[in-house]
Amino acid sequence: MKDIILKAENISKQYRLGEVGSGTLKHDLNRWWYKIRGKENPYLKIGDVNDRSRKGNSDYVWALQNINFEVESGEVLGIIGKNGAGKSTLLKILSKVTAPTTGSIKSRGRIASLLEVGTGFNAEMTGRENIFLNGAILGMTKKEIASKLDEIVEFSGCERYIDTPVKRYSSGMTVRLAFAVAAFLEPEILVIDEVLAVGDAEFQKKAIGKIQDISKEGERTVLFVSHNMAAVKSLCTKGLVLVNGKVAMSGSVENAVNFYLSQSSDSMNKKVFSSEYDRKEFKIHEISLNPVGKSSEDPLDEYQKIEINTLFTLKDDSRKLHLTYVLNNEFGEPLFTFSYISKNLKLNTGLNKITCSLPEGFLNVGTYYLSLYVIENSKTTLFVEKDIMSFIIQEGERPIGSWMGREPGFIKPKFDWSIEVN
Amino acid sequence: MDSKNTNDWLFEITPKNKIFSLNFKEIWQYRDLLMLFVKRDIITVYKQTVLGPLWYLIQPLFTSITFTIIFNNVAGIKTGSIPPFLFNLAGIMVWNYFTACLSGTSDTFKANAGIFGKVYFPRIITPLSIVISNLVKFGIQFCIFIVFYVIFFLQGADLSLNISSLFFPLLIVFMGILGLGLGMIISSMVTKYRDLNNLVGFGVQLLMYISAVMYPMELIKEKLPKFGWIVQYNPLAYIIETSRYMLLNIGSISILGLLYTAVVTLVVFFAGLLIFNRTEKSFIDTV
Repeated sequence: MKDIILKAENISKQYRLGEVGSGTLKHDLNRWWYKIRGKENPYLKIGDVNDRSRKGNSDYVWALQNINFEVESGEVLGIIGKNGAGKSTLLKILSKVTAPTTGSIKSRGRIASLLEVGTGFNAEMTGRENIFLNGAILGMTKKEIASKLDEIVEFSGCERYIDTPVKRYSSGMTVRLAFAVAAFLEPEILVIDEVLAVGDAEFQKKAIGKIQDISKEGERTVLFVSHNMAAVKSLCTKGLVLVNGKVAMSGSVENAVNFYLSQSSDSMNKKVFSSEYDRKEFKIHEISLNPVGKSSEDPLDEYQKIEINTLFTLKDDSRKLHLTYVLNNEFGEPLFTFSYISKNLKLNTGLNKITCSLPEGFLNVGTYYLSLYVIENSKTTLFVEKDIMSFIIQEGERPIGSWMGREPGFIKPKFDWSIEVN
Repeated sequence: MDSKNTNDWLFEITPKNKIFSLNFKEIWQYRDLLMLFVKRDIITVYKQTVLGPLWYLIQPLFTSITFTIIFNNVAGIKTGSIPPFLFNLAGIMVWNYFTACLSGTSDTFKANAGIFGKVYFPRIITPLSIVISNLVKFGIQFCIFIVFYVIFFLQGADLSLNISSLFFPLLIVFMGILGLGLGMIISSMVTKYRDLNNLVGFGVQLLMYISAVMYPMELIKEKLPKFGWIVQYNPLAYIIETSRYMLLNIGSISILGLLYTAVVTLVVFFAGLLIFNRTEKSFIDTV
């Protein structure tokens, strides 16, 4: 039996673009005029789909349109989408900060939100005073906070500063303290937005662990919004993808993340070449990257074994040609050069498919550019195309409790290690 | 789906508010927040100051001194047997409470947009906390009034109380409610139309002159019979005049005037609640 704790029905939210000025008064009066004649709000009928990059015809946009979803008790729902897809608007409606234009949300539990930590912190007050104030803002009673005060202080790791005004805190300490307060909230539904963007590695680990604990207890339902796919993958059980204010897909977190990544990556993992790249001796058709056993439609992640395929037509195999690739990082710095120079791998006349397999988990998370050189007799360059294609390596699913950030460096070679015990 | 799922939702978020919904239960749940806000308002004012809470006293005392010099000594407004300083202090004290409530609450939505944009709690908690913390400040100022009252009394000034003095706290509550009501109306409209902010600034100053703060109500009727009605229809003037009657036994008490004041106060307050309620749901989109 499903135990639905939260249900959104047909949620839509309309926003007016541009400045609020004298036109506002005109629209207000117009709205009011329709209302007293018992007609529907005329501005609800218009409105564009919310695509921030395109110019629209209307002053009104739908930040959210017909959002429907259900959340079961104990579920951790990850809400993902590009900037401006409507994630924050949805959370704002859920946490009662603003009302939807149409639709309704029904809930069986108290909702507390952690939209941005540090809300309502007063710089002049001490850490201790702020714990009480912030706790109360988030809906706790004084008694509840007092009973958890020691735990909160300990979790924040700011014991030494607790009687110092918050304005003397480092920004990281403020976040720690704020998150600590919120982490000890006990609502049935907790809404969390981008808290992991701040704080050091140690604290991120703590924060994710805490969210995991909260959801593991089973009683608590968590709605989690983040751009950190590693965190979403490891924490959430379900995923909801928003595209331009509409639910584009919902389902298991795996599918949702993959859907989102394939939607969002503007660098396709496959590039087809037109005839302008043709040379007298050869023709290059396409280069594609894919995880082993999957297609180039699938996103690449940091733990996979990745194949680079090059489709290539050679006119005459008497010429000794070979391909050399240079991998550059996002700053355009070359990381390494690789090519096959081996006796038993010979290009043949006609269509060749050359596959290079990178070892498992070789590339770190990031954006990479590939350059291609075609060389004859190991000395003459016949073809040079720099940054011929780009691809992105995404975060993979990481073990709970591990760091969700990016390790320094671009490649992660696996070396042989040995230890001698004397 | 079992029957539990089809009904008994804890709450529902919908676009429209009921015409009038003041959720007392919810406000009660958040009473600790109310008290913490009050505490915050009071203690943060004098953090990192040398004189601390003394600042609450300096302003009314100096204003009273100035008023005494300008209006009583220079302009020659008579205050009967009552020392002019005490007369002014009583008026300023009560007037200050009103303006503090009004200007504090009229900024509710704009000043708290940051926090209102992130978490939900009953929005009315904020203006309520302003009214209460100003009540505390008023209490402190009232203490200094008593000190001066005793000093003047010991020096032989003709001071006396009467039975109506007992109702002074009630009068102050009315003053607070009136300030809160007006403030809520303005705060709701300021979210969309910032023009009002400018109006409040100098409007309050002008209002003081027609609220019988530095002169007895009788005087305006006597000197400006044509414009006396402005003061007479001003509920604030009645509150200030009555408070002086209660504290200093000077001037008059008008039951009709007070009744009028009570009605206006309640109308303003409920209108304020209504507008505030309508605004709180979606102001964050327009502020």
